[in-house]
Amino acid sequence: MIPAQFDYVRPTTVDEALAALRDGGDDAKLLAGGQSLLPVLRLRMADPSLIIDLNGIPELKGVREEGDKVVVGSMTTHYDVTRDDTLRQHVALIQEATRTVADPQVRHKGTLGGALAHADPAGDLAAPALALDAEFVIAGPNGTRTVAAADFFEDYFTTAIGEGELLTEIRFPKYTGWGARYEKFNRVAQAWSIVAVAATVKVDGGTISEARIGLTNMAGTPVRARSVESALVGQSATEENVRKAAQAAAEGTSPTADADAGSDYREHLARVLTGRAVLAAAG
Amino acid sequence: MARIRTTVDGLVYEDDVEPRMLLVQYLRERLGKTGTVIGCDTSNCGACTVHLDGLSVKSCSVLAVQANGSEVLTIEGLERDGQLHPMQQAFHDNHALQCGYCTPGMIMQSIDLLGENPDPSEQEIREGIEGNLCRCTGYQNIVRAVQDAASKMKPGSAPAAESGAKQTVAGGGA
Repeated sequence: MIPAQFDYVRPTTVDEALAALRDGGDDAKLLAGGQSLLPVLRLRMADPSLIIDLNGIPELKGVREEGDKVVVGSMTTHYDVTRDDTLRQHVALIQEATRTVADPQVRHKGTLGGALAHADPAGDLAAPALALDAEFVIAGPNGTRTVAAADFFEDYFTTAIGEGELLTEIRFPKYTGWGARYEKFNRVAQAWSIVAVAATVKVDGGTISEARIGLTNMAGTPVRARSVESALVGQSATEENVRKAAQAAAEGTSPTADADAGSDYREHLARVLTGRAVLAAAG
Repeated sequence: MARIRTTVDGLVYEDDVEPRMLLVQYLRERLGKTGTVIGCDTSNCGACTVHLDGLSVKSCSVLAVQANGSEVLTIEGLERDGQLHPMQQAFHDNHALQCGYCTPGMIMQSIDLLGENPDPSEQEIREGIEGNLCRCTGYQNIVRAVQDAASKMKPGSAPAAESGAKQTVAGGGA
C-alpha cells in the first residue's frame, strides 16, 4: 500500500515549522523519524493533507550539557542517543531503553522526540522519561513552555503537545553514577513490549539510597512505581529485599488485556521485571 | 510534484516525484532497481533495506523526497569490477538462502552490522539482523555467512575484501 496524496514541506527552522503548522491547520502532520507515521500512512489509518518534515532543522538535533541538565533535541535519532557519551555518563537509563527499540534500521531513522510525542503505551521511551523526571520543551505560536514528564503523558497516544505546537527538547536531570536497567518482555524480536520496566538506582556502600522506576504498558500512560521506590530506599541491594519491594510494582496500574496477555499476567510481569531491573541496576 | 536529486549506487539521478512516493517505489519503479524488494508492507521484514547516507534503513518507511541530496546504496551497487562484495560471496559460499527473497535486505543489513562491529559474536549477529525476517533458513546459514564475511573483511585481510567496510561503501562509489 502507498499513502494517500499529501503536500510536503521541509522547513529549516522551528519558526518555519510553526508557521507551516499554523497554515496547515488540523490537517497537517509533523514527520519526525517516520517509523510509526509512515506505516500508519501506508495503511491509510491517517490521511493528512500536509506533511511537515522536521528532518531539515539542525537546531532540533543533538545532545548538550546545560548546567545540571542534559538536553536532547527532539529530532536526535535513537542511533545517536545510544552512541552519545554525555548520556552514557549522566542518563544511562534512556540509553539502555533506546537500545531495545525495534531494530537497527528503525533506530537509524526513529527519533527520541518522535517516539515520545507519539506516546504509544507500549513504546519504550516514555517510562524511562517519566522515571527520570524529564522535562519537555514545547514551542508554539506564543513562545515556548516546559512541561514535566508527569503532566506530559495524558492518555493513549495523547500528550500535552497542543494544536500548533511542537516538541523541541527533552531535558534530563543528571543521574551520574546511578545504575540503570530496562527489562523488557516481548514475544519475539522487534515486537512491542508486553510489559517493560525502567529502573535506575543509586547505591552507596551496598545500600540503595535513591530509586526511580517507570513501567511501560501497564496503563494508557507510563506509570511510576512509587511504592517500590520508597520501599527500596535504605535497603541493602540483596535479592530478597529487592524482590520483596517489587511485590508492590503493580499498585496503581490499570493494564489492558489483549491477545498477548491478560491484565493479571501483566501485573505479574510488572512485579517480576521490576525485581530483575532493580537488581541489575544495583549490580 | 517535488524535484529530487539523489545519488544511487554511485550515479546521480534527478526526478520529479509525488511526495507520497516511498523510497522503495522510487528505486524499483523509476530507476528499475528491482534488486531491492518489497516484503511485508508493515515495516517488519527488512527485505527492502538499503543504506541511506551510510546507515541501513527500511526503504518502505522513508519517502523518496526525503532522499533528496542523499546517497543511497542498494544491493545492486555492491559488486565491484565483476567481483561480488565479500558479504554477497559469503552468502553464496554458505548457502545462506533458500527462496532468496530476504537476501538483499539481509546482505545490506549485515554489511551495516560489520561497519558498526567488525567482529560480532553469534548473539550480536542475531541481534544485528533482528529487523530482517527469513521464513526459510532458520537463520543458521545466514549467521554462518556473516561470520565468514566478518573473518574475510577484518582489517589486515586482503585489501579487496576491506572494500566492504562501511566507511568505504558509504560513499556509494560516487
